[in-house]
Amino acid sequence: MTVAVASPTSSTTARFSPRWLSDRLGGLVLHVVVIGLTVAWMVPTIGLLITSFRQSADISNSGWWTALSPPFKFTLDNYSQMFAASNLGQSLFNSFMISIPATIIPVTLAAFAAYAFAWMKFPGRDWIFLALVGLLAVPLQLTFIPVTTEFVKLGLTPQHLTAIGLPPFIPLWLAHAGYGLPFSIYLLSNFFRALPSDLFESAEIDGAGTLTVFFRIVLPLSVPAIASLVIFQFLWVWNDLLVALIYVGGVATVAPVTVTLVNLVGSYGQNYQLLTAAAFFSMIVPLVVFLSLQRYFVRGILAGSVKG
Amino acid sequence: MDFSVLLTDLPTLVVVIIGVPAVLAAYIVGGEYLVRRLPDKARPSVRPWIWVAPALLLVAGFLVAPAIGTLAQSFEDKNGAFIGFQNFAAQLAGFPTGGAWIAIRNNLFWLIFYTLFVLAFGLLLAVLFDRVPYESVVKSLIFMPMAISSVALVVIWKFMYAYQPPGQPQTGTLNFILNTVFHQDPRTWIQDESPLLGLFPLNDMALIGAAVWGIVGFSLVILSAALKGIPGDLLEAARVDGAGEITIFRRVIFPLMMPTVVVVGTTLVIFALKAFDVVYAMTNGNYHTDVLANRMYQLLYNSHDFGGASAVAVILLLTVIPVLIFNLRQFRAVEARR
Repeated sequence: MTVAVASPTSSTTARFSPRWLSDRLGGLVLHVVVIGLTVAWMVPTIGLLITSFRQSADISNSGWWTALSPPFKFTLDNYSQMFAASNLGQSLFNSFMISIPATIIPVTLAAFAAYAFAWMKFPGRDWIFLALVGLLAVPLQLTFIPVTTEFVKLGLTPQHLTAIGLPPFIPLWLAHAGYGLPFSIYLLSNFFRALPSDLFESAEIDGAGTLTVFFRIVLPLSVPAIASLVIFQFLWVWNDLLVALIYVGGVATVAPVTVTLVNLVGSYGQNYQLLTAAAFFSMIVPLVVFLSLQRYFVRGILAGSVKG
Repeated sequence: MDFSVLLTDLPTLVVVIIGVPAVLAAYIVGGEYLVRRLPDKARPSVRPWIWVAPALLLVAGFLVAPAIGTLAQSFEDKNGAFIGFQNFAAQLAGFPTGGAWIAIRNNLFWLIFYTLFVLAFGLLLAVLFDRVPYESVVKSLIFMPMAISSVALVVIWKFMYAYQPPGQPQTGTLNFILNTVFHQDPRTWIQDESPLLGLFPLNDMALIGAAVWGIVGFSLVILSAALKGIPGDLLEAARVDGAGEITIFRRVIFPLMMPTVVVVGTTLVIFALKAFDVVYAMTNGNYHTDVLANRMYQLLYNSHDFGGASAVAVILLLTVIPVLIFNLRQFRAVEARR
């Protein structure tokens, strides 16, 4: 992996380094703790990775660590069986078609709403905001039946949408946006609220309009928050199985990777070892998104913005 | 596998990637254009609604309407007749082991341990990682479980908790360690209800542990972003004034991160109340590990007891109210400070 390349040099200065840690012994303890915790955290993932290269008979008879000593009996069977699924390419495409708009829509709409909640005054603002936080607790399973009924009434089914020439993914875009918005608004408005008010005052004095303040000041200053939100929303949608199953169900031309892979396992779980390979296959894209957005988590974006 | 579809349908994807943001930007620019044509006095009262309307409409359709329907259903029997609080009475009967009480007890365990562990680990790792030059590497590695779907997470933890009778070679990672390092008998992690510290059932803690492992990347990423948002000159000023590093953490870093800690904490409390995937797939609520969301799911899709399921959901929603009050006070405090 080329993870190390992304490492920002700015953090090498260790600005928070406590004095009792700053001698070399302390530094060593820090590295041991950091690396130790990380390795411990990776044990389950490493176990799964090794398991994904083992024969199904071996998986149930011996622990994954036994595969690390001779005789080595690694196999690509799980991966080749998974790739043999004829519609994996189609469902990979579907996953992108679902996840990208289902990330852009809620994040953008949440940014609009969060800006209003944080910096505009309107009647009932605090109560609506609280209700949004409360709605985070609505179990999604509860909404499936009423929403499905409405979708059918409104003609928002994959079959009908395809027939009238619209993308069949629209129900999923809307559903993921609806479900993702409370958290998105909650996270963003807390970041927006924390921006220094001098920024807004000086912008107003300069005669900047609402749009200018939003696009030129609020958004650029909130890049770390927006980047983390994009990551979470994207990977929640990418890994979602339940919402896709309920709203587009058995329609193969619309099904995302998660649905295709679970179908591969079989209704009695007879091929469950394929899930080990599937887990790594479906992890690739969210990890790429995470790694490519990581460079936005840098210190000092706000530094100096208030001065002058 | 046939990947050709990725190439032939690529134009569709590009149209969507450009089209969707274009529509959203057109909405807000158009909305502002209309607001500016209004008389001066009307602008401040119309503008906020333009900004919040699309979000509120979607939330209303997907969450508010079903939630109201649920509330109504919690007072109805199977035929839709009003029966008062009978559904609630049935769920809250037979304390401490009947009705939904086991689920309520377990949600309490989830609330405490899941929230505390994830918050504490996330904060600890964010602060520690900030001091090492290979921060982005270790952060990515801790984040990895977040990228694993919940289906795969359960597969992983079944391997971790797998049990073979004593004397046989262990296939589960934890029992192998228990056996070879600590020379103890293997345990049936997800069935064993014997209490840890005399209070907390082992199997509950095992399920919570699996969920914690999967979500720590979430609190790490958000808390670390907040940590990066603290201006460096503020810390240098404190250091020049002779403040020790622990004092700086307690008096400067932590207070500045407090709003973010509240956001992450609130979200985690709600995740804990909604805990479903791990319990559903690992025990399905057996061995006294049931939680409210799983109980609701079983009532809804197995027993078709809509009234009972709705009552459980309403109980779940009511438990969030203290968290909301705390949030209200928190953001009023932030507002007062500026």
